[in-house]
Amino acid sequence: MNFDYSKEFQAMIDAYKKAGGNEKVLIDNKFGSIVINENNVLGKNEINGFHVKHESIKEGVNVKIFIDEKVKIESPIHLCFGMLPKEGKQVINSEFFIGKDAKVEFLAHCTFPNAKHIEHIMNSRVSIGVNGNMSYIEEHYHSESGGTLVYPKLRGEIKEGGKLSEEFRLTRGRVGILNIDYEIEQDERSACDLLTKVYGKKDDRIEVRESLHLNGEYAAGTAKSRIVLIDNAFGNVLGEIEGNAAYTRGHVDCHEVVHGKGARAASTPKISVENPLARVTHEAAIGRINKKELETLMARGLTEEEAVDIIVRGLLK
Amino acid sequence: MLELKDIHYNAGEKEILRGINLVIGEGEIHSIIGVNGTGKTTLAAIIMGLNGYSPDKGRIIFNGKNIIDLSITERAKLGITLAWQTPANFEGITVREYLSIKKNSADPKKALKLVGLNPDLYLDRVVDENLSGGERKRVELASVLSIKPKLVILDEPDSGIDMASIAAIKKMIRSFKKMGASVLLITHSEEMAKIGDSVALLCNGKIVKEGNVKEVTEFFKRYCKECDHIGEIEEEILK
Repeated sequence: MNFDYSKEFQAMIDAYKKAGGNEKVLIDNKFGSIVINENNVLGKNEINGFHVKHESIKEGVNVKIFIDEKVKIESPIHLCFGMLPKEGKQVINSEFFIGKDAKVEFLAHCTFPNAKHIEHIMNSRVSIGVNGNMSYIEEHYHSESGGTLVYPKLRGEIKEGGKLSEEFRLTRGRVGILNIDYEIEQDERSACDLLTKVYGKKDDRIEVRESLHLNGEYAAGTAKSRIVLIDNAFGNVLGEIEGNAAYTRGHVDCHEVVHGKGARAASTPKISVENPLARVTHEAAIGRINKKELETLMARGLTEEEAVDIIVRGLLK
Repeated sequence: MLELKDIHYNAGEKEILRGINLVIGEGEIHSIIGVNGTGKTTLAAIIMGLNGYSPDKGRIIFNGKNIIDLSITERAKLGITLAWQTPANFEGITVREYLSIKKNSADPKKALKLVGLNPDLYLDRVVDENLSGGERKRVELASVLSIKPKLVILDEPDSGIDMASIAAIKKMIRSFKKMGASVLLITHSEEMAKIGDSVALLCNGKIVKEGNVKEVTEFFKRYCKECDHIGEIEEEILK
């Protein structure tokens, strides 16, 4: 265990807790973890089969994460990224190497609780070995100021038989500006599921691009998004899947809900096949909050705002 | 408890309700029976104050107060609630959460037991299309029960469900009465209407007969089931 028990570390732990994380997992030897604030790795706990290399750079951290071949890590590895100051920039260049036949789940909490003007750039590369399996759930917690700019970029490759499940959630606090850009290359019999859930309010701006290239036979993937926009928020989703080999299967599923006169949404599913035996489908819907759902909750005594909040939280759960 | 005075409602050129007068006492189950298209659901929507259902004329008096200008939420806070004929689905919301949406809601387990659903099997299920029609209706009644209402409007609680669920729903309606709540039961089934302490027959936007349960339901069975309800019921028949 290598911890810096500073006030800074404690503040990050507190922010992690506020973001919905269980703070005990960050200080328990049994669980793999990394805690990063600004350009400092405040703490890390490597466990059997999970290794981390890192270095501080001017405005962030370069971090490489390795899961050894054939290692199946039972409990999730917890990642806590964020910035405590009100202003600044953080660049995290992360690389994930998931070994052949390895299996791992990451729970990442990204917290910017005091942000007035914070820019967070996450450049991730994921390499999943043959029959490797990686699940990555990323939950964001931002301040209510709207001054958070987040640019998560992911480039991934999944080898034969490998699996990647990636879920991004930003449903509490203000979004600010969010620009998600994910692109995955898939070999034969690999599987990938991308899911984005975002709740935009006031003048939040949300751009999502989820792109899958099904290059090997029998590769399968879904690019799914659930975006709720209220007030004057704007959302634009591009779900893109290419079926480039025989027997590939892909599906784009985008559902955006707008509530309020100023909220705007756009959605573009882009699908293509290079092989006549490939099959790629899409569904996209943009709509208002269902009137009957709203009135049902109001007939139980909730105000319209309370009813909208419950419906939205259900959609984004 | 509830008094409707000369309620008129038009949808464009068409008269949907044409002078409805109705009184429901405290702890009373009052059935409204009528075939499809007679204005029953519109009447329910008007009492609850749903969007787009403001009457063109008339007053709705609830416990001595005219509630015609109150919002849905304000009416609900007075104790009025509505269970829809086809309840809404709620993606991602569990039965437990649905039955606990208000701070002072009744215990969700007790509410489920009262509608004949095992809490261990249902509390963590999502209130969506994976529930059968009968299960969803029972969950809806449990949600109504959980907010301890004073007046429950039930729109066709028996439509599209199996016999076992109908028995549970009848039992539940009687429990509302035991709790001291009044029930406005809207139905096109004379069997269901018989639960009522009194019945009113709605035809083409008007209450044409009301009072004795047996008499009105027999009349409905004899004259209304095969009627296309386009015109008025002839005065001779009503006599």
